Amino acid sequence: MTTTTLAVLVPLLPFLGAAAGLLLGRTAPGFVRPLAVLPTLAAAVLAVVVAARQGGGRPIDAATQLTPTGSVPVDLALHLDGFAVLVAVLVGLVATCVQVYSTAYLKDDARYPSYAALVSLFTSAMLLVVYSGDLMVLLVGWEIMGICSYFLVGHYWETSEARAASLKAFLVTKLGDVPFLIGLFALAADTGTFRITGILAAVTNGGLDHPTLIALLLLAGVAGKSAQFPLHTWLPDAMAGPTPVSALIHAATMVAAGIYFVARLLPVFAASGAALVVLALMAAVTMIGSGLAALAQDDIKRVLAYSTIGQLGYMSGALAVGDRGAAVFHLLSHGAFKAVLFLAAGVVIHAAGTNSLAAMSRMSGLNKRIPDAYWTMTVALLALAAIPPFAGFFSKEAVLVAAEHTAFGDRDVAPAAAGWTILVAGLAAAVLTAAYATRLWLLAFRGRGTEAPDHGRQPVAMTSVLWVLAVPTIAFGLAAGVLVDWFDGHSLAPSLTTAVLSTGVGLVGGLVTYGAWRHTTALADRPPVGAVAAHPGGEPALVEAEAIASHTAVYGTIADAPDPSDPGRLLLGPMHRHAVTGFHLDALYTALFVRPVGAAARLVHFLDREVVETYVRGSGSIARGLGTAIRRSQTGNVQTYLGALLAGTLVLAIAAVVFANVYAGA
Amino acid sequence: MHLAYPAVLAVLLFCTGLYGVLARRNAILVLMSVELMLNAVNLNLVAFDVWLRDALHAGQALTLFTIAIAAAEIGIGLAIVLAVYRNRGSSDIDRLRDTAETDDAETLPDDADAARDSTADQATAPAGKAKKAEATA
Amino acid sequence: MTLAATAGHPGFLSPTGVEIAFVLVGLVTFGAALITVTTKQLVHAALWLVVALGGIAVEYLLLTAEFIAWVQVLIYVGSIVVLLLFGLMLTRAPIGRSPDADSGNRGLALGVAVASAAALVWVVVDAFRTTWINLEGPAQGSTKASGEFLFRHWVLPFEALSVLLLAALVGAIVLSRKEGKDGKDPGGGVGAKGSKGGPRGKDRHVMRDRTDRTDREDRTARTARTYRTDRQEQSAASREDMS
Repeated sequence: MTTTTLAVLVPLLPFLGAAAGLLLGRTAPGFVRPLAVLPTLAAAVLAVVVAARQGGGRPIDAATQLTPTGSVPVDLALHLDGFAVLVAVLVGLVATCVQVYSTAYLKDDARYPSYAALVSLFTSAMLLVVYSGDLMVLLVGWEIMGICSYFLVGHYWETSEARAASLKAFLVTKLGDVPFLIGLFALAADTGTFRITGILAAVTNGGLDHPTLIALLLLAGVAGKSAQFPLHTWLPDAMAGPTPVSALIHAATMVAAGIYFVARLLPVFAASGAALVVLALMAAVTMIGSGLAALAQDDIKRVLAYSTIGQLGYMSGALAVGDRGAAVFHLLSHGAFKAVLFLAAGVVIHAAGTNSLAAMSRMSGLNKRIPDAYWTMTVALLALAAIPPFAGFFSKEAVLVAAEHTAFGDRDVAPAAAGWTILVAGLAAAVLTAAYATRLWLLAFRGRGTEAPDHGRQPVAMTSVLWVLAVPTIAFGLAAGVLVDWFDGHSLAPSLTTAVLSTGVGLVGGLVTYGAWRHTTALADRPPVGAVAAHPGGEPALVEAEAIASHTAVYGTIADAPDPSDPGRLLLGPMHRHAVTGFHLDALYTALFVRPVGAAARLVHFLDREVVETYVRGSGSIARGLGTAIRRSQTGNVQTYLGALLAGTLVLAIAAVVFANVYAGA
Repeated sequence: MHLAYPAVLAVLLFCTGLYGVLARRNAILVLMSVELMLNAVNLNLVAFDVWLRDALHAGQALTLFTIAIAAAEIGIGLAIVLAVYRNRGSSDIDRLRDTAETDDAETLPDDADAARDSTADQATAPAGKAKKAEATA
Repeated sequence: MTLAATAGHPGFLSPTGVEIAFVLVGLVTFGAALITVTTKQLVHAALWLVVALGGIAVEYLLLTAEFIAWVQVLIYVGSIVVLLLFGLMLTRAPIGRSPDADSGNRGLALGVAVASAAALVWVVVDAFRTTWINLEGPAQGSTKASGEFLFRHWVLPFEALSVLLLAALVGAIVLSRKEGKDGKDPGGGVGAKGSKGGPRGKDRHVMRDRTDRTDREDRTARTARTYRTDRQEQSAASREDMS
């Protein structure tokens, strides 16, 4: 088979698996698990084969046009370059791991067939986005991901948190997608094509007429999808979904789509310095704000969610300084270690029976109950904190090196201001990243108090994938030298200054957090503060759903816990209160969008009920009143009828005579 | 003789009869008024026949026929009035109102149950109203 | 006959004797007709109808239609009015003034009648202002002339009319005879009628009760009417038996 055929099969297999899973889910439950895992696995293998064949050489382009589509043609096009094939491998790998993990995590779930099919569809859509060489086809995958995320985040729709989170995820991303669509149209209007190759050629040759406008419009969609400030608020709430879904969304698919899109069209963005500065500012605010917020969260998955936002900020920062190689490098390594983190967090939640760090810090021996999760999570947290020699160190270094080069004028793709912004914010975020990673590890695995409950061994399906994903987490950074050939050719190797600097600040952040933790644990009171759900025989998803539902009930909010022993509380000081709520951005949105929309809806409701219905009722009552009036004339008295009849005849006769005379006279 | 005299007299008699038909309550008086109207027509027929000097004398012949038909009509009419009187106990025209629209006719067949409920509620009106208020609240 | 409109005929201001007589009799006829439709006494209405019909008969005479005049007197005055009087009595019309002789829509009736009278008089006068009837020569409606045209030109309609009269006769009998519950001929004899006196009387009471229920007059009038009806029921029954 040619490479093109294989590449077509990569998104097609999960799609067929999803269709078959939806069709057979009820009638043949025995096929559901193979149908969920095998197509995704095959797609992952094929993605590896495609990547090997492409080999970082010249991009492979193939296109077919199914039907003419008017002035701007829409093609079913493939555009396989080094970025595409590597991201596809990551997507395939993470999706396969998630599917395998889900077979155990949701083993008793009644809605597992539709869940697995939606995950497959999600994977297929992401692979379509990755391989597509046509922006309209890319948009199709983009929107399928949006609706799949709505369904998957709302998997536990019995809880109000999940319902609200799924709606929020959908609406906030759509808020970005509207300008995104307009931006695509503007881009196509300027270049006359939706093909990525055509657009890039047009940018190289003549430039765009409105580069800043197009770039900013597209950035809105990217910010929505990739959870950048100010459209990131859906992501922490999306933790109401099952943990594998969180891993899939956060590690490889949905949030990566925005970064990947910018990486593909980087020349378009690079054509506008203003857009790059905006992107840099966005990334800087995202990095620092999410680091602070992550330090204050109580829900283990919300900490990871904010960390995802922060790492995506790094990727945006790399793009803002015009180095897409560093961005995609960090995307790949982050995809690996964040998948480990989320999947391990699922194990931790299952074992601890709670998603609250405050409650976990009052359990001892959790690391002995789940050694696989403990070790892989430790590795992944080290990677997250960019400690050498793990993957996160190399990819983050690549970003910082690119920023440094831009700041000092060695690279001229982006303005120096963008480089300085990213460099400073990246170093500050490195401190925060190390701090919240340390806090998470200490609270989850170094708790003191009652013994953690024994829920037996975790399923092999869940623990094995942790080790599978731990391999790239540990070793992927060493591939930096090889990857250069696959990307634009910029060196991804760390430079000594930034390496020492970022590792140093990372260590400082970790040590300060450790000191704070030592200080606060000494002060802490020991009684457990949270509810712990225990279902030793039940599936892990059941525990998680109960933990999410009970968190609000116990602590009053989904993000916070009144835990004085939390080192984050000490470190943040008075800022803690604001960081917990994500710096009140939700309240701002409530005031800016939700309330006006609610008021408009009430107005429409009022108009419909009081004004429109008045007309409807009025017409009804007028007809009824007329009927009543006419009925009154039906007295049954023959003489009245006859009198009226004769009076009418008389009027007609006189009128006829008069008109006849008038016209005869005229 | 001026033709207007019989014609105007016929008009006046006809309209008198018209008034009687519309205004009288007793069915037999209405019949009398009908006779007046018939006679007005007869007068017209005779007057125009004489004026036209018709060879066939169609006007006078028709008058004779009209008189005969009027006799038949009054016989049948009286029989009907008597039958109505026997059945209804009255020969007043404005009491024979079986074709009148009444409020009962407004109730649709679908509403029959509701109507029955409402009539049942009338016995215990306050309780029924309270129940209805609860239902709408 | 538009030639009759030529000049030389006398105008309105020079009436002939026939015209004067016609107008006078016409006034009497119209007045009698007016009283017929307005009087409160039902029997008087019938009697005034006699005057009106007789006046029309005189008008026929003045128009030289002798035969029709006598037919008018014979049939209308002689039989129809008598039939009407019988009808009044059989329906127990009150003797004397009855305050409810007119129904509620007198106003409407008056308006329609006056308006149509005005319209028709206007049209008729406008149309026949200059038309005169020539009454010279032999009478056009003498018995001889009537017999000639009737049996020379109108024989077939005349015969058809006799059939119509027969049908009316049969119809009137069928309508006015009383339905018997046992299916026997109710008009057979006194004995048969007597046997049905009981149920029929009962039926009548039921009917009257129903009428009273629907009656919207005040209570006193109703009791008076009930009493009257009861009294007249006896006399009506006896009248029927006699006939």
